[in-house]
Amino acid sequence: MAESENIVAETAEKIFADLADAQTINHDKQGAWKAPLWQALTEAGLPLSWVPDDLGGSGASLAEGFSVLNVAGRHAIAVPLAETMLAGWLLTQGKIASPEGEMTVLPASPKDRVTLNADGSLSGRARGVPFAKDAKHFAVLASGTGGISIALVDAAKCRIESSIGLGGDHNDTVTLDKVQPVTTKPAPKGFDQTTLMLMGGVVRSLQIAGALEAMLDISVRYSNERVAFEKKISKFQAVQHNLARLAGENAAALAAATSAADTIVNAKSLDNDAVFLEAAAAKIRCSEAAEKGSGIAHQVHGAIGFTIEHILHRYSLRALAWRDDFGSESYWAVELGKLVADRGADELWPLVASR
Amino acid sequence: MTAALRFDPIRLPEKCEQLRKEVRAFLAEEIAAGTFDPHAPNREDNDAPEFSRRVGAKGWLGMTWPKKYGGQERSFLERYVVTEEMRVANAPTRRFFVADRQSGPVLLKYAPEHIKMDILPRICRGEVCFAIGMSEPNSGSDLFAAKTRATKTDGGYLINGTKVWTSSAHIADYMIAIFRTSPPTKENRRHGLTQFLVKMKQPGIQVNPIGQITGQFEFNEVVFTDYFVPEDHVLGEVDGAWKQATSELAYERSGPERFLETYYVLTELVRAVGKNPDTRSAEGIGRLVAQVHTMRRMSVSVAGMLQAGKEPVVEASIVKDIGTVWEQQLPHRVRDLAAFVEETATNRETLEKQLDFAIKTAPKLTIQGGTTEVLRGIIARGLGLR
Repeated sequence: MAESENIVAETAEKIFADLADAQTINHDKQGAWKAPLWQALTEAGLPLSWVPDDLGGSGASLAEGFSVLNVAGRHAIAVPLAETMLAGWLLTQGKIASPEGEMTVLPASPKDRVTLNADGSLSGRARGVPFAKDAKHFAVLASGTGGISIALVDAAKCRIESSIGLGGDHNDTVTLDKVQPVTTKPAPKGFDQTTLMLMGGVVRSLQIAGALEAMLDISVRYSNERVAFEKKISKFQAVQHNLARLAGENAAALAAATSAADTIVNAKSLDNDAVFLEAAAAKIRCSEAAEKGSGIAHQVHGAIGFTIEHILHRYSLRALAWRDDFGSESYWAVELGKLVADRGADELWPLVASR
Repeated sequence: MTAALRFDPIRLPEKCEQLRKEVRAFLAEEIAAGTFDPHAPNREDNDAPEFSRRVGAKGWLGMTWPKKYGGQERSFLERYVVTEEMRVANAPTRRFFVADRQSGPVLLKYAPEHIKMDILPRICRGEVCFAIGMSEPNSGSDLFAAKTRATKTDGGYLINGTKVWTSSAHIADYMIAIFRTSPPTKENRRHGLTQFLVKMKQPGIQVNPIGQITGQFEFNEVVFTDYFVPEDHVLGEVDGAWKQATSELAYERSGPERFLETYYVLTELVRAVGKNPDTRSAEGIGRLVAQVHTMRRMSVSVAGMLQAGKEPVVEASIVKDIGTVWEQQLPHRVRDLAAFVEETATNRETLEKQLDFAIKTAPKLTIQGGTTEVLRGIIARGLGLR
């Protein structure tokens, strides 16, 4: 990791440590921590990391932004930082300036579509949109007769059916019924919904890897404190081996997610086999790791980890919830499997070895 | 905070791709000439001394070693490319693989100069085969329970005892083995073992083949009876073998052979399902490809960190743990999906034969070179649990 990435990531780390302490948040039923945290993130320019200065952002590099997301995952933060970053990135693809405040992107699922109508309005329904209820604006990818467009939409003009997702954060259905966007611009050549889903998938993969690192850390710590049968449970071989497996899942998620992020950082275009393989594989493998890893973390914690008072669920349930955003592992596995089959058996190894 | 794991997204440098083309072209020629069948993964039983020499002539053995010993002074990442291409092609690497990966580096570090000058160039030429003498009838994972004695005598040592599960001992020219030179001490049960270079095919050594469940005779029992090893064949510190084992293990544990052992069944499955797989087959293949890609990225990352002079001991153990578990499960997952392959698939018989062999091979993968249980113990220590 280059030094500049470390500085941005360290800034994020410090803000989370100061203003997003998991224990404090877990006991704060009123959500009083939210506003100061968002304020601090905004002042540091983090939500618009991926937006250049002339479009209203802080102009950080892709790599710096990815490192922030990994840190955000480690803290499993419950504000739309990742979503606003992704929305800003999408708007930037259309050379649209980003507004202030919370944003999210839609569609957030490969199966949903938003249509750009002939009169310039947008119609469609997007399910499972993270933090839609908390967002002031949406960055929307829409298709029309003229091709793919990117639009900035005022959230107040859309119908939002609010719902709380598996991770405890808003996961809403957004309906656009001939909504006039603030701005619409054509998407760059080759940019389509798959591109957005792959980028969103890498964002979630990095967050899952971060959450697994936190789960490993608190599980190791707990096992070194908790005494049963007159010794620390960390001294039991069965517990040690479970934690070693959790470390393995953490390692796999970290390797897959950072490799995919690195691929996007260095890609001339996002429309190629390398980006597809890396991003799809990251989402698949990180989602699998989320299941196996969070299962072990809970097993190590026993009943205490199942209580709402304990912080473990903040990481475990978010990691599990993130599997569903921007295409689940099942969805991407089918897509990747189809690509591999289409290329043929003798092209599989060359594809894997090309990375 | 637990010490964070590192898997830097290391890429193979550009010059590796040229090398990869050369290796692929070489292997294609060998296949065309009938040296081996890439669809018949019985490399363990396929001793190919001439092939070994031709690989040596290409400069692909000992390629990271100093030129004065016959090496090429190339990087570990270049060696990585050669290793993975050979593995995926099911090339018959048995004769040189151990010497190139493990024994050569041990000699480089611990052997006296005249032995290095004698043996290393011959490894590089693909002329000599090595075995590793670790396990004994009552000492497997617990390496430090080894009892085979090396008793001091005039000008060297007399060896008495038995090694077991010794791969390739029946064709090997040399073995690097650990023998007991002193009893363990109260303070350190690992004390008292010494590493030796042993010349095979000599009086005093009897090699007895042991059949395996795959039908092969890859490993052996090796019995030493008053076998004489000269003084200068001691490798490193007398009684101090335990200090020497750890750093090399990272190389041994994290290479492509730790997750590609049964990879061929995945290729054959893709061939069998054809261009338009049903949803279940596509999903199954997609997951397996995502998993093997991730394994390889982890493995390359460790290779890159090693090349950069870091010591990713825990990361390397993780690669072997999840890599070997993966390659062990792979034939079973492929079998699940093969159940839906059309009867008309032209390679159906090949796939079935491969699955048969891979399923028989699978149990050993999490045992050889450090069991899953030992690896998880090492990872647990790295996590601060022991």
